[in-house]
Amino acid sequence: MRYEAPSSIEGAVKLLAAEAGMARVLAGGTDLLVQLRSGRFEPDLIVDLKRIDGMHDIRKENGGYRIGAAVSGAELNEHAGLIALWPGVVEAAGLIGSTQVQGRATMSGNLCNASPAADSVPALIAAGALARIAGPEGERDVPVEEVPTGPGKTSLKKGEFVTSLFLPGRPPHSGDAYLRFIPRTEMDIAVVGSGVSLSLDDDGRVASARVALGAVAAQVLLVEEAAAAIIGTSLEAAALEKLAKAASAACRPIDDKRGTKEFRIKVAGVLTRRAALIAYERARAK
Amino acid sequence: MKQMTVSTTINGDVVEFLCEPDETLLDVLRNRLNLTGSKEGCGTGDCGACSVTLDGRLVCSCLVLGAEVNGREIGTIEGVADGDTLHPLQSKFLEHAALQCGICTPGILVAAKSLLERNPDPTETEVRYWLAGNLCRCTGYDKIIRAVLDTAAEMRGA
Amino acid sequence: MPLDNNNRVFKSVGTSPLRPDGLDKVTGRARFGADATASGMLWGRIVRSPHAHARIRSIDTSKAEALPGVKAVVTRADFATGLDGDIGDILENVMASEKALYQGHAVAAVAATSPSIARKAAKLIVVDYEVLPHVTDVDEAMKPDAPVLNEKIFTEGLAEKPTKPSNVVKRIEIGHGDVEKGFAAADVIIEHSFRTEATHQGYIEPHACLASAGPDGQGELWCCTQGHFMVRDTCAQLLGMDVSKLRVTASEIGGGFGGKTTVFIEPTALALSRKANRPVKIVMPREEVFVASGPTASSSIDIKIGATKDGRITAADAVLRYQGGAFPGSPVEMGAMTAFACYELEHVRCIGFEVVTNRPKAAAYRAPGAPMSAFAVESVIAELAEKLNIDPIELRLKNAVKEGSRSSYGPVFGPIGLIETLEAAKAHPHYSAPLGPNQGRGVASGFWFNFGGQTCTSLNVNIDGTVTLSVGTPDIGGSRASMCLMAAEELGIPYESVRTIIADTSSLGYNDVTDGSRVTFASGLATIAAARNAIKVLCERAAKMWGIPADAVIWEEGYAKPAGANAGEFEPLSLADIAKVAGNTGGPIAGHHEVNIETAGPSFATHIVDAEVDPETGRTQITRYTVVQDAGKAVHRAYVEGQFQGGAVQGIGWVLNECYIYGEDGVLQNAGFLDYRIPVASDLPMIDTVIVEVPNPGHPYGVRGVGETSIVPPLAAVANAVSAAAGVRLTELPMSPPRILVALEER
Repeated sequence: MRYEAPSSIEGAVKLLAAEAGMARVLAGGTDLLVQLRSGRFEPDLIVDLKRIDGMHDIRKENGGYRIGAAVSGAELNEHAGLIALWPGVVEAAGLIGSTQVQGRATMSGNLCNASPAADSVPALIAAGALARIAGPEGERDVPVEEVPTGPGKTSLKKGEFVTSLFLPGRPPHSGDAYLRFIPRTEMDIAVVGSGVSLSLDDDGRVASARVALGAVAAQVLLVEEAAAAIIGTSLEAAALEKLAKAASAACRPIDDKRGTKEFRIKVAGVLTRRAALIAYERARAK
Repeated sequence: MKQMTVSTTINGDVVEFLCEPDETLLDVLRNRLNLTGSKEGCGTGDCGACSVTLDGRLVCSCLVLGAEVNGREIGTIEGVADGDTLHPLQSKFLEHAALQCGICTPGILVAAKSLLERNPDPTETEVRYWLAGNLCRCTGYDKIIRAVLDTAAEMRGA
Repeated sequence: MPLDNNNRVFKSVGTSPLRPDGLDKVTGRARFGADATASGMLWGRIVRSPHAHARIRSIDTSKAEALPGVKAVVTRADFATGLDGDIGDILENVMASEKALYQGHAVAAVAATSPSIARKAAKLIVVDYEVLPHVTDVDEAMKPDAPVLNEKIFTEGLAEKPTKPSNVVKRIEIGHGDVEKGFAAADVIIEHSFRTEATHQGYIEPHACLASAGPDGQGELWCCTQGHFMVRDTCAQLLGMDVSKLRVTASEIGGGFGGKTTVFIEPTALALSRKANRPVKIVMPREEVFVASGPTASSSIDIKIGATKDGRITAADAVLRYQGGAFPGSPVEMGAMTAFACYELEHVRCIGFEVVTNRPKAAAYRAPGAPMSAFAVESVIAELAEKLNIDPIELRLKNAVKEGSRSSYGPVFGPIGLIETLEAAKAHPHYSAPLGPNQGRGVASGFWFNFGGQTCTSLNVNIDGTVTLSVGTPDIGGSRASMCLMAAEELGIPYESVRTIIADTSSLGYNDVTDGSRVTFASGLATIAAARNAIKVLCERAAKMWGIPADAVIWEEGYAKPAGANAGEFEPLSLADIAKVAGNTGGPIAGHHEVNIETAGPSFATHIVDAEVDPETGRTQITRYTVVQDAGKAVHRAYVEGQFQGGAVQGIGWVLNECYIYGEDGVLQNAGFLDYRIPVASDLPMIDTVIVEVPNPGHPYGVRGVGETSIVPPLAAVANAVSAAAGVRLTELPMSPPRILVALEER
């Protein structure tokens, strides 16, 4: 195995594209090093992104924020502007692992690791985030939900990697929230995760909404029926009930060591209702 | 595997070492540099016993490659005391009997020090969440949390 | 040794000084199992079965041996032959011969010049397995058509010897009276079945050792263990070495809780070292700790208790089925003995079945066998209290054992402190504090025998009046501080003047393992006796210095004094005064003590816990916890509290989340700290403690063991709190959110 730490995006693309064997990108490394240790795979090349200019930056752009691929969860949670605009995304990223893991783990890595239980991904999808991908053909921007294609699988082609994520600007009276269910208070993989982002009209009714669920299917789900259940409402009890039902109905979970099907379906509804209420309060407060 | 030359700073001292590309910082510290104060409890970032700081940021050294730390600054448990003067956390841990077997203690001290540098007046809940990635199986955490809170109070008073 | 004096005023004992090993442990200097190195050291790696049950057709080591950097490969052929019984099982567990009996069972091992070469070499060892049907569940394993692990196991303890082998190793029965008669006298009978899953001790330090052996038949071993004498004797047998030629040093130990009371990797490291003629280090990766060390048993339990309307228990009956992994040794007998030990019963019966399954061989885990049966019994007691509308502590007080009670397992109790813990719990502000919405309160009591055992200590007086104490029981929770306190108390010198070390196996006589909560009690007793023996010598030397008979000298608060006016007028001599001139008065001054202590003072505890259950997700949060336990005499108060708190929290983990999860393939699904969920700091409240002191008549200061009792009540205490909060009785551990949610919906 070789370790390379290129100083430019082009250099990284070149290395990744030229590797005949298996190449892996190292951002935070909190998933990659665990996989290396387990012997699940033995890459021939590791390309560390952390020495590339801009990879550690959080930059304002068109009223939103561009977040470099090597920005850690801890850095996100120290950025007041980002927290003010996308509190749900930041809290989702902040739930990944311990304080120690937060010192390294990145949202781009969380996205590209392609776990259906990744905490930041439902929040990113609810937020309508875009991933910027660099590759031999140049750069392209894609909605984050198009990056993971199944457990451990992504749509990234050979030589490609995510260089940044873009969280768009948003209208006034907007809010988002992410909740996950874990049996402990910390250190667990989500059994269910729910991200809700919404904007209100001047009367306090939901004008637009996006709802995404994690750990309830092979991929994180964007649940349009759930969003539709609350659009035009002020989250009255009936709307919340409908929202919870729509969220539960969208789940296609499995039984595994972390939870049962029935549990995930039920709790997806509960969490989505709770997350929507938090997002709604945040939106109203602005 | 071809070994790599890495130059770094550990506890303020310049250190050079050779390592394999897939070797973790924890393995380098323990097996190549004989800094065995950082412990391996899991090797997967789940227990915090290998906690160190990397450019001032708390991390698990088992989740860092040795090759990554070229030109970086590392802080380990061996650098927590200032010569023969213990860090107040170290003294308070002894005073509060906040350790039983002691295997998690280095990681917890490194983590707690990092907390107090950022937040000199943490609440009990903040201490508990900051240290959630540091498993201790002996103490039930009670005396550890008390020791950290008492240290913070003392350091604020000083 | 009997209790000295019930009203003794202590100077050192009962305080909480800084621990002697503290500085090393807060600076990273303390050397644990994996922290030792040696010149020319190799790295060992063990090859383990991926199958739960498989016949080993052949093992091809040639490719591994051919890999550059590989210096030795061992299989079962490199160990002693002709061992049977328990030692044969230990060897079979350390290295499989014909069959792999669980996923993770060792089948071969390599030693190489680097960890990465060792890892590669391990992968190059080709094992040809014939996969066999397996069974991991205790009830499944008892069925007549279950796959049989061992054709030589014919259930013992049945009226008729079985004609077919099975997985049931033995049936035991204990108790007295006539339970049918007792149930006939009951106004209320409550009957439930319970299940608990296997849990792991979860020590943060994986097993690790550094072995050095050579063709001269001698060897050295450095390892983290609860008993280095046990390691020495076992390894010598497994390798065919003379016991005297193997010297074992116990490293600092990063937690054990019973899990380090046997050998796993140490004999293999020695075998590799002997073959390579170089030192070999083996460190278990965490995953291997879960799959291949010794968790505790899982269980399936039926409890039936009858009582009169006014709360007097008339009969108690239990059937316990404990699987202890692939070899005999499940702790069912202790589960049966402790199940009803808190209650004075005229009619009591406990039937136990010891069962083998395709899981790792169980090792001890803090009060082995007791937490599960206490969980079941104390759950039924809580329900009985509810049904009879009697306060649960009152109900326990009505039936509690006291001095003179015949225990459910036979012997008559001496002075014990169960009633005192119940009274203290009842009086504690926690017990009457108001509860919030969705919260419930649980109470449970628990018992552990404690243990004495073979113990040997040596106390040496140094030229400057300081003292060096050698004990042979690894210090797992601060026992060196306690030993220093007891030696200082006896000799009348400051705590700081005593240094206690854990001597290696060649420097001290045999000591039993650090287990059974025996160390502060037994090594403490031997320390006090050794100090008294040293005092005799000190008095003789003072007598010599003064020219008076030895029996005319007494020892008081650190000084030799003339026994009375008749003895003559002399200025008292301090220990340092006498030590300074020891070379002129007869040479070194020391005291020793060797003993096999066959009694121990049992300890009882009562725990109170509040839990809050989220009715929509089934998630439980522990909101308040109080431990009340009898310590006899707390030697180091802060460490006694620490034992109480640690036991309670391990118990909380056991109830709520911890468990071994097996797939249909018999492979462990959660072999890591991510999914084997032990409590983290943010899961918990502070753990309040009350130390009750009812002196143990069998120890000069009244000390009882405290380490294990603390994990007996919490399973039931938390279960009772969760059941109260949820409004439904939960009978299966762990009480995970999915399980609680189902119970809430079925309520």
